[in-house]
Amino acid sequence: MEMASKTDSENGSLTLVKQGAEARVFESVFVGKRSIVKERFSKKYRHPSLDSKLTLKRLNAEARSMTKARRLGVSTPVLFAVDPLLHTLTFEYVEGPSVKDVFLEFGLTGVVQERLDDIATQIGDAIGKLHDGGLVHGDLTTSNMLIRNGTSQLVLIDFGLSFTSTLPEDKAVDLYVLERALISMHSSCGNVMDLILAAYKKSSKQWSSTFNKLAQVRQRGRKRTMVG
Amino acid sequence: MEKRMIALGFEGSANKIGVGVVTLDGAILSNPRHTYITPPGQGFLPRETAQHHLQHVIPLIKSALKTAQITPDEIDCLCYTKGPGMGAPLQVSAIVVRVLSLLWKKPIVAVNHCVAHIEMGRIVTGADDPVVLYVSGGNTQVIAYSEGRYRIFGETIDIAVGNCLDRFARVLNLSNDPSPGYNIEQLAKKGEKFIDLPYVVKGMDVSFSGILSYIEATAEEKLKNNECTPADLCYSLQETLFAMLVEITERAMAHCDSKDVLIVGGVGCNERLQEMMRTMCSERGGRLFATDDRYCIDNGAMIAYTGLLAFAHGSSTPLEESTFTQRFRTDEVHAIWRENQESDDMNGLVEGGI
Repeated sequence: MEMASKTDSENGSLTLVKQGAEARVFESVFVGKRSIVKERFSKKYRHPSLDSKLTLKRLNAEARSMTKARRLGVSTPVLFAVDPLLHTLTFEYVEGPSVKDVFLEFGLTGVVQERLDDIATQIGDAIGKLHDGGLVHGDLTTSNMLIRNGTSQLVLIDFGLSFTSTLPEDKAVDLYVLERALISMHSSCGNVMDLILAAYKKSSKQWSSTFNKLAQVRQRGRKRTMVG
Repeated sequence: MEKRMIALGFEGSANKIGVGVVTLDGAILSNPRHTYITPPGQGFLPRETAQHHLQHVIPLIKSALKTAQITPDEIDCLCYTKGPGMGAPLQVSAIVVRVLSLLWKKPIVAVNHCVAHIEMGRIVTGADDPVVLYVSGGNTQVIAYSEGRYRIFGETIDIAVGNCLDRFARVLNLSNDPSPGYNIEQLAKKGEKFIDLPYVVKGMDVSFSGILSYIEATAEEKLKNNECTPADLCYSLQETLFAMLVEITERAMAHCDSKDVLIVGGVGCNERLQEMMRTMCSERGGRLFATDDRYCIDNGAMIAYTGLLAFAHGSSTPLEESTFTQRFRTDEVHAIWRENQESDDMNGLVEGGI
């Protein structure tokens, strides 16, 4: 392992870990540390000028948001480097499963209530901190949450759609996206969202305006299926 | 050999009235429809649309039966669109189906319009378990099947993409014949200059109303100053809207580890959208399934086929429950036919099987 790391750092070689929807994630070594390189690639289906606008905007936003989230006390991978020409971010490698994997495992082998409670509480607490600091994640799904091995600490990743906002509307939509992801993917885990919202309520000072808006957003989502 | 099951389906949730005859294996025996076309610059209003449907429904039934070469006796069930859609037009097919049910003594099956689009797309293309992008004048949803239901992963949080296109066509005074979207698509082919428009993706959801407001507010000024042509605007609008749709579809694919995409709904016949989606799919090693205007656009056969699937699996709607509703979510429907298909491997229903 040690040897492999050394050669990797010398060659600057990259091992593809995951091909996401808009970025390739590589494992690499950055100054002797195991790291992740996230490269935003251009999308051939998009108009070139729209594509470069979106790619650069999201690269910058992601770098800013990741560091801002850390400042707000939410654990994210440590950012090592940003390259606006190659469209890459280099950050810490977090060892541990995604919340999606953990919840799917619950679906197959039965829910470990204590663990579920702990994860849901951490999720609600983290989102509450982000929102009070004026940061909206923008893509809260269970694949974008990791559980660090050893400490079981929740780590939020993928701030590619994050933006700063203090509007209850944006925060409510952020929660709504998560709620829907949970319903569509993890309906067998029971009502995780209620646990998350309870923790959010404790963590966020502005929970009441966000919850009021969330009720409206849910209604609107339902209304928007009217005409065939 | 057992007698083949036949269904008669009625669709009238928006500005098209359609009657279709299908068999359980997906063969379409007939599928006539008639579209209510309004003058350029105008949309269709519920009352006038319903009157249009009333005028055309009886001749359509006659022609559907004649083309299919069947008599009412041979029909196993009558299917109609329960919703979602516009109230007044929906009422037409709901009433017709009740009358015929009493007249011919045939059972009724109520069908969800969105699910019908999906099932029609699956049988026509042979796509087994794709991520579905359902785009029309009234709906914009990214859907995938999971645990007995079609779950909505992403959708528009305000107006539908087709609505955005239709309303922009009114700004340019484009013809509504055959459809505003088609005319935008043709004009967009001549566009060269890309105009920067708002791009609004929120997680797996999209929003179009801001883009519409922006382009409505700036189009006149830009055209007057010769900054761009109507074709440039159509081109830029399509590029922006469709990029958003492809993006949320890809996001849903990544989320549910699915490779194939099926596009259904009226906007689904847009070839530029299909081209962009195909590019995205091939980058992911997947396939795009799309259909042409015969199946994409609302029609009676899709209702008949989906109703027949439910009927063949023991589901029908009592006369007193054969109502219609403007709001009817895709995920409210229990897709019993897909559950059975998964458990006892009912082959023959879908080409390609499991």
